Amino acid sequence: MLVDIPIEPGALTRALAQSDAGACVTFEGWVRDHNDGKRVLHLDYQAYAPLAQNEGARIVAEAKQRFAVRDARCVHRVGSLAIGDAAVWVGVSAAHRDAAFAACRFIIDEVKQRVPIWKNEHYADGESGWLHPDNTPVGAAEPR
Amino acid sequence: MNLRILYFASLRDAAGRDGEQLDVADGNARAIYADLRLRHGFSMPAERLRVAVNGEFASWDRALQDGDEIAFLPPMSGG
Repeated sequence: MLVDIPIEPGALTRALAQSDAGACVTFEGWVRDHNDGKRVLHLDYQAYAPLAQNEGARIVAEAKQRFAVRDARCVHRVGSLAIGDAAVWVGVSAAHRDAAFAACRFIIDEVKQRVPIWKNEHYADGESGWLHPDNTPVGAAEPR
Repeated sequence: MNLRILYFASLRDAAGRDGEQLDVADGNARAIYADLRLRHGFSMPAERLRVAVNGEFASWDRALQDGDEIAFLPPMSGG
């Protein structure tokens, strides 16, 4: 689930293939050059690795239970990423497309909420900030 | 008891370290975080965080044991 090298979507997608799978849906989350009106130069992702692995595996297992899929996988990259790099990849194969779309959407939504991974955006103005869920950067400590 | 504390993201920056050993007589994660928040100037109240004990999500009130690893987890922003 966690990797510190570039994600290879082609190989990951091919590994989902099954003879009874007629549908494959994949999602890639890419590093974007702006957020909240600020120009982003690059990102760092930090993870609590043991829990991120376990929670990621639980999400994929839940998806396999809830939807009629043949296979499902998710990979998230950590470390320093450049604009355009794939930060996260989700892939699902299923007999039919409805289950594949639904399971893929479920996995990425749950990963964003539940897997202990954090994004630090480095901005063109020299500032940086960890993003926390309302999607605004949080300073290290507020003046007290 | 001796506890291993782990910090992530903005908490790690504020504490200036990725973790620390802590010797406490007793207490749960909620009380320990309140203490550490004062010491390190963490801006986020416990209500915005989740806590994990020994690599799994845990309740703030769970009884801790010597050697436990406590991770304070700010709101997540993967993906």
